[in-house]
Amino acid sequence: MLNINKTQENTALTVALGGRLDTTTAPQLEKELRASMEGITALTLDMAELEYISSAGLRVLLSAQKTMNRQGEMTLIHVNETIQEIFEVTGFSDILTIK
Amino acid sequence: MTHIFGSSESREQSLVLPAANAAKLELEASVEALPQVLAFLEEQLEQADCPMKLQMQISIAAEEIYVNIAHYAYAPQTGMATVEVETSAEPRSVTIRFIDGGKPFDPTGKADPDVTLSADEREIGGLGIFMTKKIMDDVVYEYRDGKNILTLKKRLDA
Repeated sequence: MLNINKTQENTALTVALGGRLDTTTAPQLEKELRASMEGITALTLDMAELEYISSAGLRVLLSAQKTMNRQGEMTLIHVNETIQEIFEVTGFSDILTIK
Repeated sequence: MTHIFGSSESREQSLVLPAANAAKLELEASVEALPQVLAFLEEQLEQADCPMKLQMQISIAAEEIYVNIAHYAYAPQTGMATVEVETSAEPRSVTIRFIDGGKPFDPTGKADPDVTLSADEREIGGLGIFMTKKIMDDVVYEYRDGKNILTLKKRLDA
């Protein structure tokens, strides 16, 4: 189960994630992002309610980061300790902007 | 039912047969069944009083391996997979074994991705087994009697 909550203000988009970002739910997020990233210059992913992320979820984050490198900035906020550790193991903590 | 094991035979088979106290799940390997696999695993980990953080890490590793089997082992057909979970008390550890009868494939043979590259240089794939190896203490692959057997082990005490 993945909850995706989007709020947009001009070209700033915040996406709040809740639940599990795994093989079965990652395509949902990929679809949502693809549909709403055009013209966005600031993408914020709020990870406060996210409990679980697997490599399928990481792939979606990497792909979003690549898109935002061309058109603005992507920031992750409220990353919990367990997920932070996964980012560190995979080298994602160096690629992503985590605040 | 009688089992008679000669010494050499029992050693060969011991890797394939479930240990006496292993919980076992057999199912058709499909990505759709991932929640069922993770629920089974998490139930076993909870019974072993595995800390939450480790539960998540072990689930991630198991997901990577299971999804690989579901995607590739029998492609384009489908087939069965077996997941065994065994916990031991001293030292506290969990052993998870994935068995499939698909194409021989050793995921541990894959080169690690370069995790120092920037986002634009990074490729999308190759992360799953790397994460699995980082998370688990042991990842051992065997091919025996027409079966891929991948054994993951993690100590539960820091």
